[in-house]
Amino acid sequence: MKRIAGMLVVVLALGGIVWAQSSLLINGAGATFPAPIYSKWFDEYHKANGSQFNYQSVGSGAGIKQVTEGTVDFGASDGPMNDDQIKAYRTKNGAGILHFPTVLGAVVPTYNIPGVNGALSFTPEALSGIFLGRISKWNDPAIAGANKGVNLPGNDIVVIHRSDGSGTTYIWTDYLSKVNSDWKDKVGKGASVNWPVGLGGKGNEGVTGLIKQTPNAIGYVELIYAAQNKVPYGIVKNASGSFVKADLASVTEAAAGAVKTMPEDFRVSITNAPGKTAYPISSFTWLLIPEKFKDTTKRDAIKGFVKWAITDGQADVESLSYAKLPKEIVEKELKAINKIQ
Amino acid sequence: MTARLRWRKLVSAFMLTMTGICAAVAVSVLFFILGYFVYNGGVSINWDFFTKLPVPVGETGGGMANAIVGSAKLLLLASLIGVPIGFFGGIYLAEFSGNKVAFVVRYAADLLNGVPSIVIGIFAFALVVHPFKRFSTIAGAFALGLMMIPITLRNTEEFLHGVPRALREGSMALGAGKWTTIMRVVVPAAYRGIMTAILLALARVAGETAPLLFTALGNQYWSPGWNQPTASLPVVIYNYALSPYEDWHRQAWAAGLVLLGLILMVNIVARVILSRGIAVPRS
Amino acid sequence: MATSSINVPSAGPVAGSRSFLSKLRSGDEIARLITFLFAASVVLITLLLIYELWIDSALPRHKFGLSFFFTRVWDPIAENFGALPFIYGTLVTAGVALSLAVPLGIGAAIFLAELAPQKLSDPLQFFIDLLAAVPSVIYGLLGVFIVIPVMRQWIQPALKSSLGFLPLFQGPAYGVGFFTAGIVLAIMVIPYIISVSREVLLSVPRDQREAALALGSTRWESTWKVVVPFARTGIMGSIFLAMARALGETVAVSMVIGNTPTISSSLLSPGYSIAAVIANEFAEATGDMHTAALIELGLVLFLLTFILNGLARLLMLLTTQRGSGTAQA
Repeated sequence: MKRIAGMLVVVLALGGIVWAQSSLLINGAGATFPAPIYSKWFDEYHKANGSQFNYQSVGSGAGIKQVTEGTVDFGASDGPMNDDQIKAYRTKNGAGILHFPTVLGAVVPTYNIPGVNGALSFTPEALSGIFLGRISKWNDPAIAGANKGVNLPGNDIVVIHRSDGSGTTYIWTDYLSKVNSDWKDKVGKGASVNWPVGLGGKGNEGVTGLIKQTPNAIGYVELIYAAQNKVPYGIVKNASGSFVKADLASVTEAAAGAVKTMPEDFRVSITNAPGKTAYPISSFTWLLIPEKFKDTTKRDAIKGFVKWAITDGQADVESLSYAKLPKEIVEKELKAINKIQ
Repeated sequence: MTARLRWRKLVSAFMLTMTGICAAVAVSVLFFILGYFVYNGGVSINWDFFTKLPVPVGETGGGMANAIVGSAKLLLLASLIGVPIGFFGGIYLAEFSGNKVAFVVRYAADLLNGVPSIVIGIFAFALVVHPFKRFSTIAGAFALGLMMIPITLRNTEEFLHGVPRALREGSMALGAGKWTTIMRVVVPAAYRGIMTAILLALARVAGETAPLLFTALGNQYWSPGWNQPTASLPVVIYNYALSPYEDWHRQAWAAGLVLLGLILMVNIVARVILSRGIAVPRS
Repeated sequence: MATSSINVPSAGPVAGSRSFLSKLRSGDEIARLITFLFAASVVLITLLLIYELWIDSALPRHKFGLSFFFTRVWDPIAENFGALPFIYGTLVTAGVALSLAVPLGIGAAIFLAELAPQKLSDPLQFFIDLLAAVPSVIYGLLGVFIVIPVMRQWIQPALKSSLGFLPLFQGPAYGVGFFTAGIVLAIMVIPYIISVSREVLLSVPRDQREAALALGSTRWESTWKVVVPFARTGIMGSIFLAMARALGETVAVSMVIGNTPTISSSLLSPGYSIAAVIANEFAEATGDMHTAALIELGLVLFLLTFILNGLARLLMLLTTQRGSGTAQA
């Protein structure tokens, strides 16, 4: 018995020493929307710099909560924290929290309709009707009207939404609230809403997976998830009346209006933006960084990463279908980084 | 033979065949599971799987080395928490305690055993993650260790009870104190049973996912020390299975095969040892 | 009687403390104390767990009171929380699981206990015990990649076309849902029913069977009409045990149930269970009320399993008493 105990102590001590020697580990959690580009960035930054950023793609809601609780070093969300959440953060932590936009992305309506492989055209009325549960069949006139020439089956629509607290949901419901007053009254916008219909999937990953496996399904995911997994996605009618496909140009156009009016704290919504070729369901996504850090090594590593991500890191974003940040916003952010103490 | 008797005999033969079919179905499920995993997971297991770290989302390749090591660390720490409490508690119940105390302790252990694993996860979060403000291997191990306690406790008590009184009395007659008797005579006699109980407890918690979801969280890299979040096999399988990426599905099957294989092996070894008899060694 | 040191009583102060001290010196008292502390810690931990669940769920308990159990709405934005959809989903999936697992399980147990020769029965039981050791996430994997597609493509449409007039089998065939979760749970709890029922059946005294056979009953009749009723309480106990397991099952269920808080009379509808919603929402519940509501759900689940386990123990206790009582007859 003594021998076993002795061996155990030695093993533990060794293990602790060996494992503790590895380089700096920084923990973050949050949005699944930018997870592909973040995981690529963290991988590249690790190769160049050595510090390890462990990012858990658990959803924007979890990101906000965990950074507020202090259980992770930084958070990530595509729905900016609202005033109550920011106040709660300040009360819990004694200092503020900063938002840093990192990329621009698009949320697209993806679907799996037997026999339909191309891009369907969706009006705001069609999308809100489907997600309110009022439009229940694919060949409903509200959908068919914009898709003349496409053979839509008479099958029941299977709506798929997020089961976890999601910034992607925030963007989607923000858009629906702007284009449909019924949606605004009945459901509202948020990271977790009371969905009238549909199944829940976990994360952008889970929703994409469900759509791929479920015939007659429709859901909303970040563009890269639809593209990487070869799931067809639709084009949406924007505020100016044209049907726009989500791509680098249309998303950048959506952000163009915000450049001039960007507030100090970078919290802005660009859904249903004006502009002839603007994609209506676009959004920034933000890193949530505490204003004050106790651990200066972590603080410097995070500051270094943010600086790299909004400058050099932007070279990687387009290959993953995200749009670069407008230059003016990057300049503002570089100044704001100095606020991190 | 009357018609009625013929009918009753027919019914009898039929129903008994049906029960045979029930048993066959139940057992074949196990082989079906094993077969499916070997088929789907076997093709994906390669050296990379055991040695590489995961690659960025959407890219193919990479492995689960950090999850395997993470699970091993969790289990090691969990046994350090669960085994001593169960072992020494079991000794108390078998050797020292009176009936009333024994009843209360046994009842508490059974209660703990019946707690759903997700509730244990909540408890570990409230006790370890929330106050110290971090997800960590310790938090995950705490949750798993709690789940090991009841199995270890009850089994230690049972196997100690199974050691014949004569051994104890002989030792005492030779002048040994109670504690010496326990540690040098009784426990070694029940040694095999207790070891297998510990193995079974380990196998039980090795596959648990729910308690780790918000205690150990997850990690793309190696988890340094004991105080950082860590990847673990069951959680990685869970996440990969729900994702849309084919490559991750493939890896999930492989990981499932590894996990299933380890757990079944431990169970088989433990049960074989137990069935060979674990009481007093003949000498 | 057996102490390792010899107490030499001396004319000192309080005789009691002197003997305690010497017992202490002997090491046995320390050993007793230490092992007692370990044993007591089990009780303390369990009490602490209940305490934490109770305290941390104070917010919604005060706000909603008993209406928590009857409200259908789960709205994190409006901070309006009701447990009914989750309780419903938990009970329905457990119900489906038991209605599949109990007949199969008892049938298999009868086969193993009554019919199969020991050379066959023991190895089969060994395999069934292994089935009980398979972790939940493995069942989840099988559920996602095998059961769901099979349900969606074959079984659910077949149920709809043949039994679709019943409200039980209406609605679109998603693949996920109460029924799918019930099937996965059934596979998970069958081993418990089989192993406990088999043991109980084996413990029924031989004379019961032989008496029935001597009176001219067929094998089946003696089993079904004499042995099984005799073992009835033990079998009930195994069912309660299985039910407790099914209620608390988290991962496998959350992967196949559809994650939608709905109450529907159709088994094909997606739903949610208590354990699944905690697993999905706990890490991100913003706002203290949301977190506390989830903890209250955890408390509800704990109480449900506590009651079921208690009933199971009671029944097992009754069985063993009965068994030993009639053996002398």
